[in-house]
Amino acid sequence: MNDLHALLQVLIMAAVIAFTRFLPFLAFPEGRRRPQVITYLGSVLPYAIIGMLVVYCFKGVSVMQYPYGLPELIAAAFVVGMHVWLRNTLISVFGGVAVYMVLVQLVF
Amino acid sequence: MTKKSFFRAFRDSLPIMAGYLALGIGYGVLLQSKGYSFWWAILMSVTMFAGSGQYAGVDFMASGASLLTTAFMTLVINCRHFFYGVSLLDKYRGTGIVKPYLIFGLTDETYSITATTTLEEDINPKKYYFFLTALNHSYWITGCVLGAVLGMFLPFSSEGIDYAMTALFIVIMVEQWLTSKQHLPAVLGVGTTVLCLVIFGAEYFIVPALLLISAELMIFRKKLDKTSEVNGDE
Repeated sequence: MNDLHALLQVLIMAAVIAFTRFLPFLAFPEGRRRPQVITYLGSVLPYAIIGMLVVYCFKGVSVMQYPYGLPELIAAAFVVGMHVWLRNTLISVFGGVAVYMVLVQLVF
Repeated sequence: MTKKSFFRAFRDSLPIMAGYLALGIGYGVLLQSKGYSFWWAILMSVTMFAGSGQYAGVDFMASGASLLTTAFMTLVINCRHFFYGVSLLDKYRGTGIVKPYLIFGLTDETYSITATTTLEEDINPKKYYFFLTALNHSYWITGCVLGAVLGMFLPFSSEGIDYAMTALFIVIMVEQWLTSKQHLPAVLGVGTTVLCLVIFGAEYFIVPALLLISAELMIFRKKLDKTSEVNGDE
């Protein structure tokens, strides 16, 4: 293992990641007019991106093999139900985690 | 006001604490198993602060990938961040000296909170965003280092605790669904991402999904755009 190469890799990765985060703020700086379309996208993207992130969390789940994604789906249904009922983020999240941990460790 | 902002940020960060400690520990264990000491865990979690980026990064390091490959792959994995910034241009405006740090720490999880939360009048947005970002960063560093130090010798099975991230995103989505009249963006987000996951596979679906989602949002702009009614379109 070459430590210097790994160190350079880490520095490059850190720089690239920072670049992806800073780019929109550099492209559309404060106090400068920006295209209306960017403002529009900024207002609707959060809804679409949260949907994307939910799917992203399920990307490793195999629906063809046992347990067919059942622990994930049951826990997700529990989270949705709890949240519609009580509207309390902490109860919904930690309740869902508890259900999921029991399912993967003890049931499936 | 500072105290109130801190506690609001702390409360909102609790699901992320669970998720980051779990994912961070998993990351530290992985790093250690490839022969990297906890110094690497500190260095990477402090400077990169990215879940998927760091997990992939261990592979690049262990396999001795070239610097160019490392840079390009990291760009591909993380370019979704660009879309996050676009929707935070207004919220992060005027945050002054902490702004570079807020942008540096713009992870999926921090974004999911700051982009969707509505702050009460007695909360200072600048302080709130800063505390939230710094708390999340500290959980992530703590998790990564714990994993690298303790390795496999954890006293209990934490299998499944990383579901906190999934549950958090689901909760935010439900909350958005219940408070917004317009459900099309959420439906497009889920539908398009599922489609891209099936077509492109689990490795490469995020970038096509985001591009396609943006294209779809442009197609439905007339129907969805509320900003143009106020300001007049170009």
